[in-house]
Amino acid sequence: MRLLEYQGKELFAEAGIPTPTGKVAQTVEEAVAIMRANPAPSVVKAQVLIGGRGKAGGIKFANDERDVVEPAKAILGMNIKGEIAKRIWLEQRVDIAKELYLSITVDRQSKRPIIIASAMGGMDIEEVAATHPDGIAKYRIDPAMGYWPFVGRRVAKEAGIPKEVTAQFVDILGKLYKLFFDIGAMLVEINPLAITKDGRLIASDAKVDIDDNGLFRHPELEAWKTDLPSDPLEERARKTGLAYVHLDGDVGIIGNGAGLVMGTLDAVKAAGGEPANFLDVGGGAKADIVREAVNIVTADPKVKSLFINIFGGITRGDEVAKGLVEALGGGGWSKDKLVIRLTGTNEKEGRAVLQANGIKSVETMNEGAKQAVALARA
Amino acid sequence: MSIYLNKKSIVLVQGITGREGLYHATRMRAYGTNVAGGVTPGKGGQTVEHFSVFDTVSDARARTGADTTVIFVPPPFAADAILEAADAGIGLIICITEGIPVHDMLKVMSVIPDSTRVIGPNCPGIITPGEALAGIMPGHVFSAGRVGLISRSGTLTYEIVDQLTRAGIGQSTCVGIGGDPIIGTVFVDCLRAFERDDATDAVVVVGEIGGTDEEDAADLIRRKHVSKPVVAFIGGRSAPEGKRMGHAGAIVSGSGGTAKAKIAAFESVNVPVADSPADIPSLIARALKLPARV
Repeated sequence: MRLLEYQGKELFAEAGIPTPTGKVAQTVEEAVAIMRANPAPSVVKAQVLIGGRGKAGGIKFANDERDVVEPAKAILGMNIKGEIAKRIWLEQRVDIAKELYLSITVDRQSKRPIIIASAMGGMDIEEVAATHPDGIAKYRIDPAMGYWPFVGRRVAKEAGIPKEVTAQFVDILGKLYKLFFDIGAMLVEINPLAITKDGRLIASDAKVDIDDNGLFRHPELEAWKTDLPSDPLEERARKTGLAYVHLDGDVGIIGNGAGLVMGTLDAVKAAGGEPANFLDVGGGAKADIVREAVNIVTADPKVKSLFINIFGGITRGDEVAKGLVEALGGGGWSKDKLVIRLTGTNEKEGRAVLQANGIKSVETMNEGAKQAVALARA
Repeated sequence: MSIYLNKKSIVLVQGITGREGLYHATRMRAYGTNVAGGVTPGKGGQTVEHFSVFDTVSDARARTGADTTVIFVPPPFAADAILEAADAGIGLIICITEGIPVHDMLKVMSVIPDSTRVIGPNCPGIITPGEALAGIMPGHVFSAGRVGLISRSGTLTYEIVDQLTRAGIGQSTCVGIGGDPIIGTVFVDCLRAFERDDATDAVVVVGEIGGTDEEDAADLIRRKHVSKPVVAFIGGRSAPEGKRMGHAGAIVSGSGGTAKAKIAAFESVNVPVADSPADIPSLIARALKLPARV
């Protein structure tokens, strides 16, 4: 679960990491009230998850309550690369002398949390890594050892963090590490970590991504879930426990098992089509689950054909076929715009069941992909 | 011979009184696996479907001599189950559970000794066809032979194995390493094991988007640690950035973890990458110079 900047900053503040004073607003009136209560040169920032909001015009400035009306109006409701800014974050400006970078993420290769720091902050860290690999310090930390100040001193030294702020840096990194574990984060990133003109370190931005699998331990974050921009169909699928990802194309796809579904998307793309979605019905393919899967995929008005790709493993192919027939029986989707590929255990019996019910089936994934693409174009 | 699992393996099932645990324990036994019993805290002394149930892994190991465990414990308790098995001295720990918090696995992997092998989590387990099955794979799809297989995905494994079997190409051992970001055993570990295994002539690597496990495997081959032919398939060529494709670990982030980078890494070390799972049998046949049956 990725958090918006203001949510991340709220967590930072609770963790004792210095952040600029700020408040979130959902309307122009709220923004005016905030500025009236606290008239100070401020930054007005669109609250979106997508990167590059500054270049898209999602960051503006205001000095007082009159001044804030224009930028608030402009940003609230702004479409930034497909994401609508529903909130703005009004934050007091800080005079920045230099920008640093600091993050902790999960390093899959070493199976450890990794601290990444750089004296070149404010830009995309991948870009820094590509252009100035020596400008980045990395430290893979053993969770059994935990964070000790020497780790911070070493990282600061290797990243070229100015001496004058090293003590603050070591302290902030320790707090960030504690937060990383407390909330079960996949990423906590401060970019930029600003050095103010009066020599203080302050988190100018906040990027936090929390592991969905660990969310059950954080009921206090539940409220933010509903707050986040999400696709209505993805939301509906999540409620029924289906793994669905909404994409841009017109060939609807349903399969069992994440890898097989990914492979199916690739096959559709290779056949010259565009997948409309990823949907994994999981093991078993019970009739009610398949029915709901079909309903979700075909609720997308872009979908012109539907490709169901099932491997009968533990579940027998004839049982899967019966489930499909039951699921498709109630109508909702035309058999003419449907391709089913059923293989594996009892595949012949399964295909016979489909045929007896007037549903065409194909033998291979590539053939199915080809036909589904042709149907979408017909 | 085979890797990790064979007919002598003595297997426990943690969570054996649960629906999934019992169902798969029964299937494993039917396949011929030596399932010595299971563990469910508080239910020690009971018997389910002729399986003895023990309260602790330590007790189960002492009474059965088990060396392998398959874990079907719900996500909040699965890390505890893995650590309990490691603490009891079980050498091969296979965790089927999907949805374990990543931080639990970070902590688990930081204390697991090198002598203990963890497979998964979020994996279908291991099968050495004709000998033993420790996991949830549909055993009858597999056939005994001399090709090893390592995969991050379950159904894609069955799909590919089914085609290998139909083409008359049997398998030595198939390992589902799991679809999570932090997993106990990676491609590199399995490739090293297959390289040492007398019963394996070639290896199929089934990768997908996310992480650098495939690139690490390619690097191992570049450093000449693998002399046997390897062929690969990578799922997720069409996956957009930033979207998690079913598996928790299957995500392209920034410029990292793309199918393109993984395919390029394999091709740079002369590992042929199949465009479609259907092409795997012919790639294997070519690598092993088998008479054309595919």
